[in-house]
Order: sequence, then C-alpha cells, then structure tokens
Amino acid sequence: MDNILNALALMANFVFVPAIAYGSQLALGALGVTIVFGILRFSNFAHGDTMALGTMCTILITWWFQSMGISFGPLPTALLALPFAIVICSAFVLVSDRVVYRFYRKQKADPVIYLIASVGVMFVFNGIVRFIIGPDDQNFADGERFIIKAREFKRLTGLSEGISIKVSQGITVVTMIVVVALLFWFLNKTRTGKSMRAYSDNEDLALLSGINPDKVVAVTWIIAAALATIAGTLYGLDKSFKPFTYFQLLLPIFAAAIVGGLGNPLGAIAGGFVIAFSEILVTYAYKKFAGYLMPEDWKADGLIQLLSTDYKFAVSFVILLLVLLFRPTGIFKGTGV
Amino acid sequence: MSFLTGEGMTGGYGGADILHDCTISVDKGEIAVIVGPNGAGKSTAMKAVFGMLQIHTGRVVLDGEDITSLSPQDRVAKGMAFVPQTSNVFPSMSVEENLEMGAFLRRDDIQETMDQVFDLFPILKDKRAQNAGELSGGQRQQVAVGRALMTKPSLLMLDEPTAGVSPIVMDELFDRIIEVAQTGISILMVEQNARQALNIADKGYVLVQGRNRFTDTGKALMNDPEVRRSFLGG
Amino acid sequence: MFNRNVLYFAIMLGLIVLVGQTQSWNVALTITNLCIISAVMALGVNIQWGYAGLFNVGIMGFAAMGGLAAMIISVSPVQEAWSAGGVGVLVSLVLAAITIVAAVFTYRALEGKSFRLLALFIVVLAGSWAVRAFLDPATAAIEKVNPASTGYLGGLGLPIILAWPVGGIFAGAAAWVVGKITLGLRADYLAIATLGISEIIVAVLKHEDWLTRGVKNVTGLPRPVPYEVDLQQTQWFLDLCAQLGANPVTFSSIFVKLCYMVLFASVLLIILWFSEKALRSPWGRMMRAIRDNEVSASAMGKNIKSRHLQVFVLGSIVVGIAGAMLTTLDGQLTPSTYQPLRFTFLIWVMVIVGGSGNNWGAVLGGFVIWFFWIEAEPLGLWLMELITSGMAEDSALRAHLIESAAHMRLMTMGIILLLALRFSPRGLIPERN
Ligand SMILES: Nc1ncnc2c1ncn2[C@@H]1O[C@H](COP(=O)(O)OP(=O)(O)OP(=O)(O)O)[C@@H](O)[C@H]1O
Ligand SMILES: [Mg+2]
Repeated sequence: MDNILNALALMANFVFVPAIAYGSQLALGALGVTIVFGILRFSNFAHGDTMALGTMCTILITWWFQSMGISFGPLPTALLALPFAIVICSAFVLVSDRVVYRFYRKQKADPVIYLIASVGVMFVFNGIVRFIIGPDDQNFADGERFIIKAREFKRLTGLSEGISIKVSQGITVVTMIVVVALLFWFLNKTRTGKSMRAYSDNEDLALLSGINPDKVVAVTWIIAAALATIAGTLYGLDKSFKPFTYFQLLLPIFAAAIVGGLGNPLGAIAGGFVIAFSEILVTYAYKKFAGYLMPEDWKADGLIQLLSTDYKFAVSFVILLLVLLFRPTGIFKGTGV
Repeated sequence: MSFLTGEGMTGGYGGADILHDCTISVDKGEIAVIVGPNGAGKSTAMKAVFGMLQIHTGRVVLDGEDITSLSPQDRVAKGMAFVPQTSNVFPSMSVEENLEMGAFLRRDDIQETMDQVFDLFPILKDKRAQNAGELSGGQRQQVAVGRALMTKPSLLMLDEPTAGVSPIVMDELFDRIIEVAQTGISILMVEQNARQALNIADKGYVLVQGRNRFTDTGKALMNDPEVRRSFLGG
Repeated sequence: MFNRNVLYFAIMLGLIVLVGQTQSWNVALTITNLCIISAVMALGVNIQWGYAGLFNVGIMGFAAMGGLAAMIISVSPVQEAWSAGGVGVLVSLVLAAITIVAAVFTYRALEGKSFRLLALFIVVLAGSWAVRAFLDPATAAIEKVNPASTGYLGGLGLPIILAWPVGGIFAGAAAWVVGKITLGLRADYLAIATLGISEIIVAVLKHEDWLTRGVKNVTGLPRPVPYEVDLQQTQWFLDLCAQLGANPVTFSSIFVKLCYMVLFASVLLIILWFSEKALRSPWGRMMRAIRDNEVSASAMGKNIKSRHLQVFVLGSIVVGIAGAMLTTLDGQLTPSTYQPLRFTFLIWVMVIVGGSGNNWGAVLGGFVIWFFWIEAEPLGLWLMELITSGMAEDSALRAHLIESAAHMRLMTMGIILLLALRFSPRGLIPERN
C-alpha cells in the first residue's frame, strides 16, 4: 500500500504539479495567439517575443520596486509590477499595430503577409529585449519559495516520497484561473467582448452593424499583450527568464493553440494542458516510479524514459503533426483551415 | 424627392465599372424591388447605396441629405440597415446575441425592439439561446432580417432574403416584409423570385448589365409583355 | 529597368572592392564567399516563396541537414566505434524503418475501424521500444570510444564535394515529410511545422553525440581545396607569388578563398540557370498561376498539393546544398551555431529585400543583406561610440550601450524587413510578369 502511495506521490511531485503549472503558462500563451488569430486572422510569430518583452518590463519594474524596498510579503514582488508591465507591453504592441499591421489591414493583405510582418516585429522586439536586458538568464523571483516543502510533506504523511509545491506554481494556477474567468466573462457578457466575437465571426457584418473595427483591434492587442505579459512573467517566476527560451516557447504555444483549434479560446486552454502533460509524461524517467510498483527484486536497466528532455520540443511537434494529420480543425473546432 | 435615391450611380470594385448610370429610389413606407438576371449588378447596386463600394459618378440622397461620402457605419447611424445576400448572421453567436449586435450602436433599452422582432418571427424566440450557425436556412434569414431591424431603421435593405428558402417560408417572409413596410419603414430589396416580389412591390426596377432597363410600378412591370417575356418567364 | 539591375550588382561589387581596399582582401573574400552561399540559400527560399507562396520558417533545419551531410560524407569512419556499436545502430535503423512501414500499413489496413488509432499507437510504441533496445546500448558504446577526440561513428571518408548533392537530398527528404503533412492546409500550419522540424533537427545535431559529437563539434573536415601550408611549400605557387610580387603567406590564404569562390560560384550559377529555366517553363508559369489564384487553379483541375510538395522539396534541396557548402567552408560542424535568427530569418530578409519571385533578386538580396549583416557590427559599434562619446568614460550606461551594440543587428534586420515589406514589397529586382 505504501508503495502505491509513494508511487503516486512521486508522480504528483514530478509530473502533475509541474505539468499543471506549465500547462497553465502554455494555456495563457496559446490564448493570446488564438485571440489574435480569431480577430486579426493571422498567426502572430511575435507572440513569444512579446512575452519576453512583457516579462522584461515586469523584471525591470520589480528591480526598481525592490530597490525602493517595496515588497509583497510572501508573494513575489513581480506580481505588483505586473499591471504596470502590462500597460507598457500593451503600448509597445499597439505601436507595432499602428506602424506595421494597420497598413496591411487597410489593404486587406493576404494572411501570409501578416505572418512575415509579425516575423519582422519579432526581430524588433527580440532586439529591444536583448538590447535592454541582455541575452542572459535573469532570476527575479523573491518572497517565499514553497507553499509546501517535500520534507514537510514527508513528515506529515510519513511517506518516503514528498510532494513540494512552489509558490510560483500556486500563483500560476490561481492567476490562470482568474485570468481565464475574466476573459470569458469579458467575451461573453460585455458589449465590447461580444463585439469582438462578432467581428471574429463575420467581419463584414460586424461593420454593417456599426461595430468600430479600430476599437476591436485595439482591445484585441491589449488583451494579447496582457496575456503575453502574464504568461511570460509566470513562466519566468516558475523557471527563469531568458529571451531565447521565450522564442522557443512559440512552438509549444502554437501547438497548443492548433491542437485546441486556432481561434477557439476554450481549445487553447485544453491544448495547453494536452501539450504540457504530454511533454512531461513523455520525458519523465519512470525508473523510480516503476521501482515502487514492481516486485522487490525487479531492477530497471536504464531510466525508463520515453524521450530525453533534450527533445521535449519534439513532443509538441509530433502532437501538432498528428492533429494536422487527423483533425486539422483541432480537437475543438477552430476557425482555422 | 423620394426618401432614398441612388442617382446615376456609376462604379465597380476597382476594375471595370459594373454599375452604369443606375438610379434607384424608394419612398417612405414603400417597397421597391430590384430584379434582373444573375450577375446583373443587383447586389452591387445595393452595396453602392449602402456605401460599401466607391461610386465615382452619381450620388446617394437619404431624406434630403447627400450621404454619398459616408461610410457604411455612418449610414447605419442615419437609419439605414442592410441584410447582405450571403453570410448575414454571426454563426457562432446565439440568436439573441445576433440581435444585440444589430443594435450595437443603440445606447437605449433594446428589449422592446427585441420583443417586436420576436413577435414578427416567433420561432426566434424559441431559439434565442441557440447559435445562429445551427439554424435552418429560413430561420437564419429571419435572424438576419431581425438583426437589421434592431437598429429601428427607417430604411431596410434586403438582398435576396428568400434565397434558399422553401416556397411556404418564402410567402411567410414576404408577409412579414409587408408588415414591416406597414410600420412606415421603407424597403429596398433584391429578389430572385421576381413574380412574387413584383406582386408586393410599389416600385420595380429591372437591372441588366448594371443599367436600368425597366422602371415602373410593380403592377405595371408585371403586365408589361416584354418584361414578362424576358424576365418573368412568359 | 535592366540597367538598374546591373547597377545594383555593380554597386555590390564596388562595396566588396571597397572592403578589399580599406579592410583587407582576405576579409573581402570571406564576405564574398558567404555572400554566395547566402545567395544560394536565398534562391532556395525564393523557389518556395517566390514561385509558390510557401512560407518556410525552418530554413535553419534544412541548412543543418546539409551541414550534417558534409560531416558524414567527409570525415573518415571511426573503426573502433563501428565495431563497438555499428551493428546496433544499423539494426535499430532497420527496425525504425520497419516500424514506420508497419505503422503506415496498420493505419491503411484498419480504415474505418474504431481501434485504428489504438493499434497505431501500440505499433509505434512497440517499434520505438525495439529501436531503443538496440540503439541505446550501441550509442552508449560508441560514445565511450575515446570521447575526447572521437566518440562517434565518423563518416564515410569520401570527398566533401559529394556532400553538397547529398546535403540537398537530406534536406529534401525532411521537407518531403513535413510538406506531405502540412501542405494543403493553412499557410500558418506549414510555417509552424517547419519551425518545429528545424528545432528538432538542430536538437538532434546537438544531442546525438554518437552521430555528430554534439556540442563537442566535429572539426577539421577535409577540404575540397588545397591547404595554405601545403601551398606555401609548392613550387608553382611560390613562382606565382614571385611573379605577382605577393607575400606567399597572405597570398596563400587569398588563393584558398579564391578556390572556394570558384566552386561556390559555379554551384550558384548552375542553380541560378536551372531556376531561371524552371521559372520560364510551363511548370514555372503554372506554379505562379497557382500562387496567384489557388481557387481558380484548383477549379482547373490542378493538383495544388502535389505541386506545392514538389516546389517545397526542390527549394529545400537548394537550401540543403547551401548548408553543406557552408559547413565545407567552415571546415567544421558546430551544431550550436545553428541559430534561427541567423539561418532562417536573415534569409527571409534577403528574399524579401532582393525581390521575391525573381531569382536575380534573391541573389542580390543574399549579397546585400549578408554584406550589411557583417558590416553592421563595426558600423553599430562605431555608431554607439559616437553616441556615447559625450558620456563619462566610466559611465555604466555607456558601457551597457557599447556592449549591447551587437544586439542592434537584430533590430536593424527586423526594421529592414518591415520597411522592405511595406515600401518595396516587390523588392529591389521585382518579379517580371
Ligand atoms: N467583390 C467583387 N469584386 C469584383 N467583382 C465583383 C465582386 N462582386 C461581384 N462582382 C462582379 O460584379 C458583377 C455583378 O455582380 P452582382 O453580385 O452585383 O450580381 P447580382 O445581380 O447580385 O447577381 P446574383 O443574382 O447572382 O446575386 C458580376 O460580374 C460579378 O462578377
Ligand atoms: Mg446578388
């Protein structure tokens, strides 16, 4: 019995807790991508670097707060900095819309042109981030580290495997739930939110109904920037901040959005968790886990790991390909294809 | 002077002109119908009246005011409403939300108007929570017309409201349209079912290759032997 | 019109000569060689984007395939490693092939059955377990063989020139798999899938030490051209130097670069010639017709998807060739140098700035952008020093600005891309209709 409990605790500690946190981060990132796709109808390659940009703002403000002695008790100061970072990041994104995307919108350009333009914006954002904060790792988490430590857990339960939950993981999940609830409330209950859905559904008819496209687009960008900043900050708190990692997050984020059906917010959330759980389950080494469940004298040769963590991106990629092969509109139907 | 006049409209989608000196007008509380062969430019004429298309010659006058240079949104604010021929609902939004979006520009209480629409199309009341994309063709057309009525327009423009609708539902829709006209709303509509449409029309236009071919009262056109032969199938 | 194009190339030549005069001819030739390779890569991307409107975000991966080919073809096999794990690797490769065939077969045979996906899953799982059972011990054994200098299987020990077509084939094969799945869907999906495959290819290069030595790099790839030290001891070369009045040491390195240049330029000209021929052929006209109007082309019964697959594979082959040439020039395979910004997005800037749909435009773009990419660094530094010259010597801001000047390149490239896309979307040398 103890063995089974220990095995479960092991899984919880190394798979479920991290996957839920990572899934929440991906879900928030994918939501940003999917909302831009639904309203503006292109895949925004700059989203990863928008996340980096927003996170950089958070970090700089956090440092500034810390230098003034402002802190948030047991919680990371970054949470206090977040709203300000969102404002700054939105400003950047709105400027990028004004000087880049708006022109193509007026021209009714092909989606692939937007795609290339977003690559250009990606470059610029990436350059700004590296120019200001540099290409290296930055750690900006402060406050309490753990909600529950493995040691305490062991003491409480008497198991030999502990479960530890980091504050950053707890914050990630809570923030994700709050943000998603707010977003859905906004989209389904408010006038502006409904007008955004209408615009996404049928742009011409939205115009005929007197919906102001400029406002819809601006609100979309602000939401995307907010989601990017939040997702980026949570990821940075949980792991660490490095500009190139954020560029690499593009792949799992897009995979999540496509798996869920591009343009479908619910799908993006589900997709985020599908990707996160697959990635961690496939790259987890089951040696110790099997050790608890197998007979005493059984001994594993090797780590019993399906795929080395070096290839975690391959997991998103394979899932992406499978979805494109078998169900190109995504698990939930998106506006894609 | 009619309530709405599109006068000598000439223009197209950027390439060659599609409309040539085309004139269309409708009076208060009247029904005007545009008929003509496929590709005649009927939809184009509607779009020109609604400002979705640049006309380089001619003008559009609404209630004595020249609105030629106004954007479609501004025309909505002036009391015009348009139901396009295709994709005229928000498919992933509920019927009720579709109607709300119709009233987007209104800041007053829209409940009364919505009740009126539900009175006009009772089936929509039952389906209010269902997504418009999941409705039948006829029901969808009702949503489309209902959405347009939500602005409390003084001019309602319909592009083939009965397309793809069974004959029974079509008669029903025509009845509703007459009802709407009786409340004082002017109606300008394009119809494929020329006979029935001209029957209820106060005024009829036969458009061929972007030009006015025949213009008369609905009755007179119905009785014109040439119109009958060429456009009403004998 | 034509004259303007000639003028562009003349200006480009002038710039290179200027570098030769002011910096050194060595630098000028290094830049030129990389310009030529960039031009070939840009040609490949132009085939995909310019001819067919396909957006490939995985150029890096296809270039890396070329690099891998250069290594595998040229280095000599490590006998010890082969005897340690060669058999295991080969067996696992065969098993992998069998697994794929079995998976495809299962999938086809169970059409319409409810347990189709489950069966597929089981086949793949069993297959990968079998592959791993042979591969893991084999690679472990291989990596143990003298890890400081080898620890990998080595290659075939053939002339490295052979790697250029082989690199093309490697890249083409990868492109075929991705294209087969994602073409025919939205352009976005192709973009994301290519982004993914390129990350994975580079990850394999970085982490499969038994194949590529990973981040330990494979250095000293054999050259297709003479070595400087050998030249310096060859009589005819010394005579030549004496005739030209040149220093044998400096001139030998220039001579080697010239040899490379001749090789690369021949490849460029051959590919350019074929590209031009193809573009003007009925095939090329049809591709562009499809690009400009997919709907009407498919209405005419054209099989768009298979046409796109052709073009996608062809373009990737050209990129693979360029990747192999680049690794040949470097003389080493260094997986960590495969950076998306350098290998994917820079090439895009070349194509867009040069003129998408026009082969000459792509070539010009390759030259111009590579030139400025290289020269931007000293320029940026100079600019930063100018800006900060008013600040105190020990100012932290000044140090930061100068240190960050390198990152300005990214921003500059992004801005160039955006400006070109907006104000000159047809590029320096626009497509001819
Ligand atoms: N968006 C557009 N861009 C360019 N040309 C168009 C566009 N829409 C219609 N046309 C062209 O304008 C002409 C008139 O089209 P229009 O849709 O007005 O015809 P219609 O009379 O409404 O036909 P139908 O009875 O089939 O609806 C046609 O030749 C058509 O090809
Ligand atoms: Mg029409």
